[in-house]
Amino acid sequence: MKITLSVNGEERSLDVDPRTTLLDALRDHLDMTGSKKGCDHGQCGACTMLVNGRRINSCLALAVMHEGDEVTTIEGLGEPGALSPLQKAFVRHDGYQCGYCTPGQIVSAKAMIAEFSNGWPSYVSDDLEAAPDFSEAEIKERMSGNLCRCSAYPGICAAIKDAAPEEGLNEREAAE
Amino acid sequence: MTEHLKMDEVQPRLLDETGQGAITRPMDRPEGPLKVSGRATYAAEYKAANMAFGVMVRAGITKGGYSIDESSVKDMDGFLGVWTDHMIRNSAQGMMDTNPVQLGQRVQYLGQPIAVVAAETFEQARHIANRLKVDYSPEDGDVDPETASQVDQSVALDQGDLEQAMKDAEFTVDSTYTTKPHNSAPMEPHASLAEWDGEKLTLHGSYQMLKYNKNELADSLDMDADDIRILAPYVGGGFGSKLGIAAEAVGAAVAAKALKRPVRVVMSRQNVFEMVVRRTETRQRVRLAADKDGRLTGLGHDNRQSNLPDEGFSEPVTLATHFLYGGENRRYEQEVARVHRMAAGSVRAPGEAVGMLALENAMDELAETVGIDPIDLRVRNIPEIHPESGKQYSSRSLAQCLKEGAASFGWDQRKGPKERREGEWYVGMGVAAAARTNILMESKARVTLNPDGTALVETDMTDIGTGTYAILGQIAAEMLGLDPSKVTVDLGDTDLPAGSGSGGSWGAASAGSSVFLGAKAIRAKLAERLGCEPSALRLQDGMATGGNNRRPLAELMEGPIAEEGHIEPGDMSDEMQQAGYGAHFAEVAVNSVTGEVRVRRTLSAMAAGRILNEKTAASQVHGGMIWGIGTALHEAIEHDPRTGHVVNNDLAEYHVPVHLDVPQLDVMFIEERDDHANPMQVKGIGELGLAGAGAAVTNAIYNACGVRVRDYPATPDRIFPHL
Repeated sequence: MKITLSVNGEERSLDVDPRTTLLDALRDHLDMTGSKKGCDHGQCGACTMLVNGRRINSCLALAVMHEGDEVTTIEGLGEPGALSPLQKAFVRHDGYQCGYCTPGQIVSAKAMIAEFSNGWPSYVSDDLEAAPDFSEAEIKERMSGNLCRCSAYPGICAAIKDAAPEEGLNEREAAE
Repeated sequence: MTEHLKMDEVQPRLLDETGQGAITRPMDRPEGPLKVSGRATYAAEYKAANMAFGVMVRAGITKGGYSIDESSVKDMDGFLGVWTDHMIRNSAQGMMDTNPVQLGQRVQYLGQPIAVVAAETFEQARHIANRLKVDYSPEDGDVDPETASQVDQSVALDQGDLEQAMKDAEFTVDSTYTTKPHNSAPMEPHASLAEWDGEKLTLHGSYQMLKYNKNELADSLDMDADDIRILAPYVGGGFGSKLGIAAEAVGAAVAAKALKRPVRVVMSRQNVFEMVVRRTETRQRVRLAADKDGRLTGLGHDNRQSNLPDEGFSEPVTLATHFLYGGENRRYEQEVARVHRMAAGSVRAPGEAVGMLALENAMDELAETVGIDPIDLRVRNIPEIHPESGKQYSSRSLAQCLKEGAASFGWDQRKGPKERREGEWYVGMGVAAAARTNILMESKARVTLNPDGTALVETDMTDIGTGTYAILGQIAAEMLGLDPSKVTVDLGDTDLPAGSGSGGSWGAASAGSSVFLGAKAIRAKLAERLGCEPSALRLQDGMATGGNNRRPLAELMEGPIAEEGHIEPGDMSDEMQQAGYGAHFAEVAVNSVTGEVRVRRTLSAMAAGRILNEKTAASQVHGGMIWGIGTALHEAIEHDPRTGHVVNNDLAEYHVPVHLDVPQLDVMFIEERDDHANPMQVKGIGELGLAGAGAAVTNAIYNACGVRVRDYPATPDRIFPHL
């Protein structure tokens, strides 16, 4: 089936099997291998992408369901020499070891900061109505869908805390 | 030229003299920008023109014969073929260097790789693999380690008379502990892209020890290892699961050869859980006999574990028990039940990861029985010489780790069980010692210094997240007097000098020593050109100083200087008992109603010789502690009692720790040099962080709520009935 996606701001047309996931469409058809496949079942978060601004597990999404959608991947956030604040902070705080879960962690963190800024509560929020506190517990809870077997969690959490202000923490999105 | 060193005697501490300041400091990983931007290329990210996609087929029975019914799928879209040739039963064990068991058309466990299918696209290949009809002739086979009919028994050591020591002792502990099987679960599933050029095979793979993997693949395929090149510049975690060649590499090579086109095979997450290796479950009995002061007079550590028939590996459960504590009467028995479950093999810190849970829990029980502090008990049982071999110890800062760690952690605030309560939570502290045998392995690397003040390090050594790119560059930079940013490190290619590979925590010391030696040979040449003794040479920031001369490197060099370093273990490995040591501290809260355990904070005080990079070393220790938390609280493979297969074969059902499980983790390094280990005085740290870590957590659970969990993991159902 022929579809068109907007990937990191660029229109991309491709012809995919209806069974092709959004993740495989990018990895195998567009040669964008920054997003990783760790489980293919939405259990590890390594494939996290932004679709229309929201984080999703792209291994659980069929490409054909995303006709016309705006997809942002790790490649769209920055590149060596021009890294985003989050990417730089991950390097500085050693928020990775093998690096395989890292693109998913960073893309997920990017969206998490936006969710936070828009007042979304979480399982660890004391008050569902009040603006949540950008605490370690909140960061960890909201990032718990991104597994890291090297267990770089302390560095990841420190990097997110460090980079959040530059990544627009507390800047509310315009009403949808 | 090759600078060769066999580690037969203590070497001078050259890295304390060099003065560039590249070593030890917490440098960022040089490959970081590639990894955080998604540009680092792992095995499945290589693509070849006209590439076909392969998918592994798993056995659906526990034991018996099978045959493939190709006609069931050959008309499906995209079908290219199905092959069973050369299929290996399970991954090769670490450093096996030859083919794993190959059974032909036989199954020995449910989940075994039995075929590979290839198709034009991944989706087609996956569909074909699911639809493929396999005809089985099932047979009965043992799957339960407790009732297996074949059990290999051995007595590893019987020294003195443990039975008598237990009778004569003032205090004893005789406890049995069980641990469940574990999966390495690296985030990157095993993947291989095979390309043939005539009889030559190039494989992009995800492996830890390339020089062995090449031979394992060659033997599996009945070909010459010289015709194989393996590339693995980035490996998405290994933890033992990628030590040996796995089924997807064989499958990709077989399919690619038959099709005369490149084939990529990526394991599914379920494949990784079923057809690589698991850590065995264990049942361990620890006996401790002590005098009135708590000094050990006897120590017994028996275990029962399991593996497939004809699989040589057994979990070395007593690895640290041999040398950590004294006591003249000692006995260790091992039983390996032969069962039709997936193969057991190395998972991070084989031996210590589970053996030290039992040993360090038993020490905690003994401290309570004797009525002394668990730290005092451990310190007073540190032996002067190896209690079995009589060898001397090399550097061993165990007492310092325990004492300095305790002071830093606030151990003096520790109370008794149920004495500290916060709301509905009981809070307590636990400690455990860490010990991991230190090993030096043969390793080679080529170091090239260029007149422009840049350098290149080349070896087939891998970086599986451990920080190899960083530390090898730092070592070369320190030795050559360069900023580390001037050093390029090329890894993971069997065409480069053969490194030690990543395993057993020996990579940094072994591959690092080969880089050290290559650079040392370059220093000798520069000294000669400068007209001074090598010992008088000082290299810093691209300037060479020696005798009364001071000149930029470029003036001393007409062209690049390339030297190969080659380290081999020698008498120091045999004569000295070498190990890294440490102490783990944990504070946990146990819910008085539900039995849920939350780890609140931990401290790991580690002594591992010279630290090459404080940042990557600390990350390794964090990783070890978090694995300890997982081992203590969540991780367990469940085998179906009827068929033996892995029931929870994915990341939703096998619970690795997630962000919210991990509290503040502190790491402190005790300053140390190990002169007997290698010419850099470093020891391994990758597994030390895990050794004993889980025991600190379960000891803290006891201290919090008075429940002694001896069956791992300490899930709430094992706690709340006893509160």
